[in-house]
Amino acid sequence: MKIVACVKQVPDSEAKITASAGQISWGDSPLVINPFDEYAVEGALLQREAQGGSVTALCIGAESGKEALKHALAMGADDAILISDPSLGSLDTQGAARILAAAITKLGGVDVVMFGRQTLDDGSGLTAAQTARILGWPMLGFVGHITAEGASLQVARIIEEGRQNVKAPLPAVLSIVQSIGEPRYPSFIGIRKAAKAVIPVWALSDLGMAPPPAIVSRLELITPPSREITCELIKGDSAAVIADTLAEKILAEKVL
Amino acid sequence: MKTLVYIDQFKGAVQPASWEALGVAKDLGPAVAVLFGAGLESVCKAAFEMGADEVLLADDSGLTDYRAEAFASTLAELAASEDPDLVLFPTTTRTRELAAMVAIDLKTGVLVDLTALSNDGGRLTATRPIYEGKLLENVVCTGKPIIATLRSRAFPRPSRDEKRSGTPRKVQAQTASPTSVTGYEVAEQALSVSDASVVVSGGRGVSNNAALTPPAGLDESGAEIWRAQQGFKLIGELAAALGGAVGASRAAVDGGYIPYSHQVGQTGRVIAPDLYVACGISGAIQHIVGIRAAKLVVAINKDAEAPIFKVARYGVVGDLFEVVPALTEAFKNKLGK
Repeated sequence: MKIVACVKQVPDSEAKITASAGQISWGDSPLVINPFDEYAVEGALLQREAQGGSVTALCIGAESGKEALKHALAMGADDAILISDPSLGSLDTQGAARILAAAITKLGGVDVVMFGRQTLDDGSGLTAAQTARILGWPMLGFVGHITAEGASLQVARIIEEGRQNVKAPLPAVLSIVQSIGEPRYPSFIGIRKAAKAVIPVWALSDLGMAPPPAIVSRLELITPPSREITCELIKGDSAAVIADTLAEKILAEKVL
Repeated sequence: MKTLVYIDQFKGAVQPASWEALGVAKDLGPAVAVLFGAGLESVCKAAFEMGADEVLLADDSGLTDYRAEAFASTLAELAASEDPDLVLFPTTTRTRELAAMVAIDLKTGVLVDLTALSNDGGRLTATRPIYEGKLLENVVCTGKPIIATLRSRAFPRPSRDEKRSGTPRKVQAQTASPTSVTGYEVAEQALSVSDASVVVSGGRGVSNNAALTPPAGLDESGAEIWRAQQGFKLIGELAAALGGAVGASRAAVDGGYIPYSHQVGQTGRVIAPDLYVACGISGAIQHIVGIRAAKLVVAINKDAEAPIFKVARYGVVGDLFEVVPALTEAFKNKLGK
């Protein structure tokens, strides 16, 4: 089974994010593999272990994106490709999907493409479904469990109302959620292998395409008003007294 | 501005944010509700009562089960023939991909998970949180129709007017799909944490009630889960007294205490309840980002240094196994239940 795991590089979740003059800054916080994408890599590795085959990690980004790919390699991916091009300015999700679809087509013979549920930065959660639609492949979103059955997949989709079990023919695009299992830590051998890996870089010309025009674009960035909260600690001689006081305070806030 | 509003439902139960989207559409002009499935008469009736000017129904048993391809094709074809300016969705697991796919078919863009939408003479500007709510961005879409999904509970829900009524107009379904649905395992909690106005959550601390003696024959991890489940019963009783839903931290779902569908936070659900009560949750940043939009946060934790107190308006440093049942009793008395 030839599996592609799509990953993105994002500022760490602990980073303090600020906006100034239309630019986003994360200070000296590290860039990491999008945490949601680690589930995609884990899902891909689990399927490779069950079915055989290979896992290719794919990333659109600047040169630094190689670090996210190296994380996937260290987890156990077989190879990695960075798509990077100086002409890539403001990509929207359909632009990213068009590039990924072209890269998946260029790779050839891909059976399954796995994405994380969304990215930590933009948080759109659209790219997987848009890539599927462009490729004309079935989209299986929010997948928490996968069983391969010959040339088809049986998956459990984790939805608001519970689990929906769906069967789809290959090739298919999946977005993976955390029920798939905790992403494995990179092994020592994996980290060494990843450190030595030479990651090919594809430009848009390698995919035979021009930069896709953005349909959705940002007008401005806004720093949300910070909410100054002081916590009022409720004290009392017994749990009943504390609970009574707390209930009165909550009722006085008129949120119920 | 003419708007199609996709009413997201599962077996006839509507995701309530669909009505919020209908309310937004009404403010912009004619609001056309769109429903896919079979046996949806009562949902059509509700759509009129919630304010829809028209209801379009693809009444076909081939659309009983949500399948991305069939639903996207039906909606894309409908949007092409109805020629709306805007297609609105509530943001749910289904609609994110549906909106994404329809946008590809219609060669337009998606403004996703919006918390505000402003109309300046027919030009729509949308506001959405990015970087887990650490920033907001204003975005525009140059395609037509504009496709947008609205974050649950970010917009007011219209009031129901039972005097309103109408007859749905039948539209063509596209039922071809490569996928087939083989079954469901329905969640035990009817009210999703995303839609609840009150969420009471438990964390790792819920398993720490040393006073309980687990049944014989459980190993260490089995005993921990058993203890946690007893703790979540207390959480559930408080949630029930407040008419709310039960949430959980990542530690609680990873510990196997409660299913993933309850998880609040970065890898779970980002929620905006009116009241959030965190019980035995330390408050890691990944949890905090999920409750940033909560109106009132209350924390109960035995560790006075727990970071959850930094985002809480009221806190109790104490034993949740004593405080939570006492709080349940207090609310039962005060709310007359």
